[in-house]
Amino acid sequence: MSDRLSVFKTYKLYVGGKFPRSESGRVYEVTDSKGNWLANAPLSSRKDARDAVVAARKAFGGWSGATAYNRGQILYRVAEMLEGRREQFTAEVAAAEGLSKPKAAAQVEAAVDRWVWYAGWSDKAAQIAGSANPVAGPYFNLSSPEPTGVVAVLAPQDSSFLGLVSVIAPAVVTGNTVVVTASENSPLPALSLGEVLATSDLPGGVVNVLSGRTAEIAAPLAAHQDVNAIDLTGADAELAKDLEVAAADNLKRVLRPGPVDWTADPGTGRLLSFLETKTVWHPMGV
Amino acid sequence: MTFDGSMTFDYAPAPESRSVVDIAPSYGLFIDGEFAPGADGKVFKTVSPSSEEVLSEVAQAGADDVDRAVRAARKAFEKWSALPGAERAKYLFRIARIIQERSRELAVLESLDNGKPIRESRDADLPQVAAHFFYYAGWADKLGHAGFGPDPRPLGVAGQVIPWNFPLLMLAWKVAPALATGNTVVLKPAETTPLSALFFADICRQAGLPKGVVNILTGDGSTGAALVAHPDVAKVAFTGSTEVGKAIARTVAGTDKKVTLELGGKAANIVFDDAPVDQAVEGIVNGIFFNQGHVCCAGSRLLVQESVADEVLDALKRRMQTLRVGDPLDKNTDIGAINSAEQLARITALVEAGEAEGAERWAPDCALPGSGYWFAPTLFTGVTQAHRIAREEIFGPVLSVLTFRTPEEAVAKANNTPYGLSAGIWTEKGSRMLWMASKLRAGVIWSNTFNKFDPTSPFGGYKESGHGREGGRHGLEAYLNV
Repeated sequence: MSDRLSVFKTYKLYVGGKFPRSESGRVYEVTDSKGNWLANAPLSSRKDARDAVVAARKAFGGWSGATAYNRGQILYRVAEMLEGRREQFTAEVAAAEGLSKPKAAAQVEAAVDRWVWYAGWSDKAAQIAGSANPVAGPYFNLSSPEPTGVVAVLAPQDSSFLGLVSVIAPAVVTGNTVVVTASENSPLPALSLGEVLATSDLPGGVVNVLSGRTAEIAAPLAAHQDVNAIDLTGADAELAKDLEVAAADNLKRVLRPGPVDWTADPGTGRLLSFLETKTVWHPMGV
Repeated sequence: MTFDGSMTFDYAPAPESRSVVDIAPSYGLFIDGEFAPGADGKVFKTVSPSSEEVLSEVAQAGADDVDRAVRAARKAFEKWSALPGAERAKYLFRIARIIQERSRELAVLESLDNGKPIRESRDADLPQVAAHFFYYAGWADKLGHAGFGPDPRPLGVAGQVIPWNFPLLMLAWKVAPALATGNTVVLKPAETTPLSALFFADICRQAGLPKGVVNILTGDGSTGAALVAHPDVAKVAFTGSTEVGKAIARTVAGTDKKVTLELGGKAANIVFDDAPVDQAVEGIVNGIFFNQGHVCCAGSRLLVQESVADEVLDALKRRMQTLRVGDPLDKNTDIGAINSAEQLARITALVEAGEAEGAERWAPDCALPGSGYWFAPTLFTGVTQAHRIAREEIFGPVLSVLTFRTPEEAVAKANNTPYGLSAGIWTEKGSRMLWMASKLRAGVIWSNTFNKFDPTSPFGGYKESGHGREGGRHGLEAYLNV
């Protein structure tokens, strides 16, 4: 067996439910923490970013219109698919982050558990974020959260898988669709996640994964007029400021970067960050 | 006023008395519990838009004044935020009660300075102002139950910039939740309507509110810009134009400042063929002519189902002929003065663009007063989605009428705007109403009603109508470290 020549995997983007290469034809070298070559990853272009936004917008109507129960079932299915691929992700995370195998395994297991945790929120978020409002008049008045729309997510640079899952799941569980930029230096777990999502009944376009230079991909996303929100977690302070300025052009909802312990209880902050409150009035009378 | 050209009604004037309000010839800035002139002594006049009469002269706050006010608010924050919630609540209850006591005075003042009909300032603005303080007073000692953690903390100094369309009500929307949550405030009222905020300063004095908890700076856009940019302002709350909202979003980029923006709108008011026509017409009139159409959530695009378009438009035109335009202090006035010469020019320019682009303009025959700023209630038919009057916020008594055939088409047209503040639906069919409500990308949906507000009901927009919500439990979040 040891003489067998292994089969390399061509890592590709995950956009609109398909696995394209970068339209630019570019790739970049991905290495492990010691500098050993692991793979060539697609070096996404502005055009790839725009294509991903088109895919995410196309998927938004169906995904946001699906029942919360259905979204929860699908996200739980993602966790089931990940569970079966723990070894693969453990190896990728260990290589990407220079972790021992047990430490990498712990990250992967925490990531699977996080999918399960967020999957359960699908039909509960509206109950903690909505309200029945006792207005001073004969009106039925109800406030409910709705997904903001297309969310651009800059995944954390330092946590290639647990951090990645922790920023994707809270955005999509409430019905948003996502364009995520993988950790720049450690994109392989993110690109492999695309393979899991593709086999989990998640409609194509709900999650779109791009690898490459975060600053290069994030600029067109922050300026894009059909993106409704941006999570700047994977941007440094200087880039984050520039992106926030660009995002003001169509008043995107902006989640600013800050230090996060990805192993800690995430709370509901991210879950509630990409929601709009809609309040419906109707008169009461006979 | 002529009616159908055949009869003439003469209404006797029914003016509300001005004597209930005593406007001083000049006002300073309210900083750290004291009125004082601005550092560089600059002043500007505020006029009554219905007569162009100068009502008073107020200080133009500069950067030094902003700095002094923010420092006063920052100093007051330590004690104010440390007060037990129940004590903060009692101050807010006092303020609510004093507003109720002085509501006629404040209503007359508001109509004088803003130009809105006394019927609206008396029956809509002022009751809502008091109700808002009552509502948030009750939250001050219950914040741990609001769903933002067991002990949510205030942010610090809130810099608040408000518009001229509902001067005192917008102040209440900003100040009440800020104080209830333990923040202190520096508020800038709009340049053309500074007086009710200055009267509110006196209410704070009467309520015994500690010095520096509320500071009022009068001034123009440069004052607001300096306030928003001040490094010790932890929270920015703005209601106004989308253009300024975007500038504020750029200003705070890269800072830790928390921001809520309540901006423009171009709401669709959608009338289906099964809607009760008379009720719908009242809703259309209320939607676009309430407060001269100076309402960010105004129903400025009427989408009417093609099969009933003629019937609805005939009824609407008949109803518009009965609207009384004139003296804001007259209790029978329906439509008051346009707030400023500048706003009148903007409305006029957009209406001219509507005609130039081929839409058909109609207005009832109504005499407008000779002095002051006035615009007759107007509607446009033959409007396409590409016309400027269908895309841009006019912020005046001008309605653009479009038609649709299917619910899907109504949704597509209603959502075809960068704004997303409000929408109206008129139908007797419950399932269709709820389907429409779920498809419309807007923060407030009025079904078989329009322009209803309540302190318990969250208000705010999708997309370029801003972010964050004011009112209700949701309105607390903007002022807490969550």
